[in-house]
Amino acid sequence: MEIVHVYVRRRGDFGRQSHFSDRPAELLVDIGPDPPLADGFIHRDPRDVATQSAQEMSEHQVNTERFESESRGINHVEGGWPKDVNPQEMEQTIRFRKKVEKDENYVTSVLQLGSVMENCIKQNNATDIYQDYSEDEEAADEVQEPPAAKTVNVFRDPNEVKRTVTGLSWHPDGNRKLAGAYSCLEFQKASKDMSFDSYIWDIENPNRPELTLKPVSPLVCLEYNPKDCHTLAGGCYNGQIAFWDTRRGSQPVELSSVEQSHRDPVYKLIWMQSKTGTDAFSASTDGQVLWWDMRRLSEPTERLVLDLSREGSLDAALGASALEFEATMPTKFMVGTEQGLVLSCNRKAKSPAEKIVCTFDGHHGPVYALQRNPFFPKNFLTVGDWTARIWSEDIKESSIMWTRYQTSYLMDACWSPVRPAVFFTVKMDGVLDVWDVLFKQNEPTLSIKVCDEGLYSLRLQESGRLLACGSRLGGASLLELGPSLSTLQRNEKSLVAAMFERETKREKILEARQRELRLKERSRSEQSREDDGAKEADGQEDPEELIARAEADFFSAIDAEIKRRQKEEDKHREKDVCEEKEVRNGAE
Amino acid sequence: MAEVEETLKRIQSQKGVQGIIIVNSEGIPIKTTMDNSSTVQYVGLIHQLVMKARSTLRDLDPQNDLTFLRIRSKKNEIMIAPDKDYFLIVIQNPSD
Repeated sequence: MEIVHVYVRRRGDFGRQSHFSDRPAELLVDIGPDPPLADGFIHRDPRDVATQSAQEMSEHQVNTERFESESRGINHVEGGWPKDVNPQEMEQTIRFRKKVEKDENYVTSVLQLGSVMENCIKQNNATDIYQDYSEDEEAADEVQEPPAAKTVNVFRDPNEVKRTVTGLSWHPDGNRKLAGAYSCLEFQKASKDMSFDSYIWDIENPNRPELTLKPVSPLVCLEYNPKDCHTLAGGCYNGQIAFWDTRRGSQPVELSSVEQSHRDPVYKLIWMQSKTGTDAFSASTDGQVLWWDMRRLSEPTERLVLDLSREGSLDAALGASALEFEATMPTKFMVGTEQGLVLSCNRKAKSPAEKIVCTFDGHHGPVYALQRNPFFPKNFLTVGDWTARIWSEDIKESSIMWTRYQTSYLMDACWSPVRPAVFFTVKMDGVLDVWDVLFKQNEPTLSIKVCDEGLYSLRLQESGRLLACGSRLGGASLLELGPSLSTLQRNEKSLVAAMFERETKREKILEARQRELRLKERSRSEQSREDDGAKEADGQEDPEELIARAEADFFSAIDAEIKRRQKEEDKHREKDVCEEKEVRNGAE
Repeated sequence: MAEVEETLKRIQSQKGVQGIIIVNSEGIPIKTTMDNSSTVQYVGLIHQLVMKARSTLRDLDPQNDLTFLRIRSKKNEIMIAPDKDYFLIVIQNPSD
């Protein structure tokens, strides 16, 4: 109910200065109890109320300061000579000794000790009792602990509105710090008060980030410069590239100009090997790969449009969602696209048209991760749609090894830097999978549910023991891998090399067979359908043509059937009418 | 007295024996075949070691006692035979 106070004023009095005066309190409204309302309530009798009368306990923990202790010994140089004997005096000591030697006790004990001692001496002389007999047996360190990993720390996004950890990068030396790029990649879900900051964490201190980076737009990816551990480069959601120096604070030292940068979020940025140590290149879903020099971010040094038709038109370009660069092969790099293709490119090609060397087609969805095996650069791992695939550069038709279709989307993957057979993938259901191709190929060797929300990014530290994965709600978890997953096993390299070769050969054979079949098909179709005009025999016909052909076939089949029936009808009409009817009924 | 001498001589004549020391419970070298400075050094250090070893064993099991202690090193072997009042220390170079 509304409580309203009405007062009246003369029009002429409006705008006049108000004169306030005191008056006693006035009762405006009195809301008395309303008995009928009580009927809406039921009297509850008895009522159950629980109380606990117990002693209040509280738990306290006390950590005392470390108590440092040291072991020391005292060396008594000269034995405990009795008081009257002066150890320096030869005479006194000799006298003392002679006295002892005359002692009964002395004689018996020395004789007894002597015999024991003689035994041992003779034993020593007879054989070397401490000879190492088990030299030939190999140390039994074959004890395989089951692969295990445990969470060491979780770094949470300190902001209210949680953002996804879309990129992670370890500090190049010392590996004490982890940089995380936080942004919201879901289309238009970024709220207005979402913070743009990204953080650098010290792995020992999960409570507060060590340094906050403040870009102009949320960072999608972030990389430490492997040459200079104080500098970082990040790609922003609005397509710009920013360059930080941690010694100079949170603001980017340089920012690329908006007109010259990408038009879509920069999905990946990689530093390159160069003399100056300031070169990097970035890829984005707008279809461009741009090369930058960090000292001059006003415009990119080079530009490549990922257009398969080699015309350089942005409309037909494929959006890039992953990028790969291996320092040992500085002129080649690979781009994973939104369309599921992986393009292998050569930077030093003469003309832009030749920059794209070849394509690998395998995924149904965007390729989210792309990495070469650090031990076998010819083989690389891609992740996209619901599978992870391993490819060999030589086979362009299909991947040489692939996982089963998983239950949820795979978002990121990387190889282990110490074990060539091990790679890790993270999924949208928050599970981290560890795959060991030497151990099991059908399913992951180890599956750990890291968190309830989806995991978006993954990065392993160079030592191979620690790995960080970032989730959708801004939590970066640090996991430590068990020793079986982070130490190189015996023969692993050769076994993995053999496996990759075997799979590559298998694919090659399959490819050759496919080609043969197609060739046969083509020659056969050319012979039989010469008047139909040349059709592309590798099956790539225009869908419209296919539809038209199918329709034509269908109608001709129907026509033929109708004609056949007509013919039968005519035949029967020549016979008797009754018979005809019967036959017709029977024929129908 | 003569038997003591004989025993010691016998031990001394064994292959590889470099030195013999007889020490009493207070750490005073009674008889030695080595020079004074090394004797004193050996005695001082080994005495403590034997005491420690003995007390360790007794702590672990009060009924137990040390019967013999061998310290094998890269260069030689030190053998200590303890008794109630005296120890016999022999340094040998095992022939292997």
